[in-house]
Amino acid sequence: MPEAKVGVIVFPGSNCDHDVYNVFKNVLKTDTEFLWHKNSSIGDRNILILPGGFSYGDYLRCGAISKFSPLMKEVIRFANEGGIVIGICNGFQVLCETGLLPGALLRNGNLKFICKTVTLKVENNKSIFTGEYGIKEEISLPVAHGEGNYYCDDETLTRLIGNNQILLRYVDNPNGSLDNIAGIQNENRNVFGLMPHPERASESLLSNISGRKIFESVIESVKQNF
Amino acid sequence: MYISKINISLRKTILDPQGKAVEHSLKSLGYDAIEDTRIGKFIELKINARSKDEAAKISDEACKKLLANPVMEDYTFTIYEEGE
Repeated sequence: MPEAKVGVIVFPGSNCDHDVYNVFKNVLKTDTEFLWHKNSSIGDRNILILPGGFSYGDYLRCGAISKFSPLMKEVIRFANEGGIVIGICNGFQVLCETGLLPGALLRNGNLKFICKTVTLKVENNKSIFTGEYGIKEEISLPVAHGEGNYYCDDETLTRLIGNNQILLRYVDNPNGSLDNIAGIQNENRNVFGLMPHPERASESLLSNISGRKIFESVIESVKQNF
Repeated sequence: MYISKINISLRKTILDPQGKAVEHSLKSLGYDAIEDTRIGKFIELKINARSKDEAAKISDEACKKLLANPVMEDYTFTIYEEGE
C-alpha cells in the first residue's frame, strides 16, 4: 500500500506552514517535510500543500509573485501529471495565479479582513479531498482573509458547476464570493483550493476537528493508489 | 531610455467596493457631478529599449505575465521618452 508523503511548501511570508505540518506529522502520524520555495525538487513527496499566509507580503496581488518561485515550476509539473495539490487561503490564491485553478480572489466585498468561524456545506463528497464527509454535510471552519472573494467569468462558473468542481460553499457568504464558493477543485480533480483553514480545526484540543477529514481524505486517496 | 506609465484597474464588470466607498465620500462633499469612481494601481517602469515600440512590447509582456491578472484586471500604458 503506498504511503502518503506530504510536502508543505514554505514561501517567505507563509504563516500557516507549521500548523498544517503539525496536523499531518503529529495528529495524523504522516511522513511530512517542509519544502523551501527555492528548492528545485519536490523529492519523493506525493501530496503538496501550499499553506496560508502572506507570501511575498501580498505585494502586487496575493500570490502573484510566489508563482515565479523556483519550486513552483515543479509544483505545476507535478499537478499537471496528476499529483495531489492543496492550496489553503494564500495557497488557493497562488494556485489561481498560476492558472492551476480557474478564477481569482478579489478583495472581500465589505473591504474588511474577516477572521471568524463560518459554516460550510460539502457540495461534493465524491472527490479525493472530501471523500470522508457526508454529502451536503455542514461543517464549521475558521476563515482569516482580506482577499477571499472568489470571482470567475460566467462561462467558467457554468463549467465549475457542470463538472462538480465546487467542493465547498459558504452557508452564509462572508466575503461576496460568486455563488458562495469557498473551495474548488480543478477539472482533473487533483488540485484543490479553499479559503477556510482546515488545519486550524483538526485537533480536539482546539475544540473543532471538522477540518481533519480533508487531510484524512487525501491520505486515504494515496493509499488507494490515486 | 523610455518610461512606461501603467494603469491597472479592476475589470469594468467587477464591482469595485473601494471605489464605491470613495465615491460615496465624494458625493457627501457635494461633488454630485462625479458619476463613477474606480480605484486601481499605477506602476512606472524605466526601460532601456532601442525604440518606443520595443519599450511598448516589453511593457505589454510584463503586464500579461505579472503586473496585471487578466481574470480580474484591465491595464493600459503610455510610453514616454525619458525627459519628454
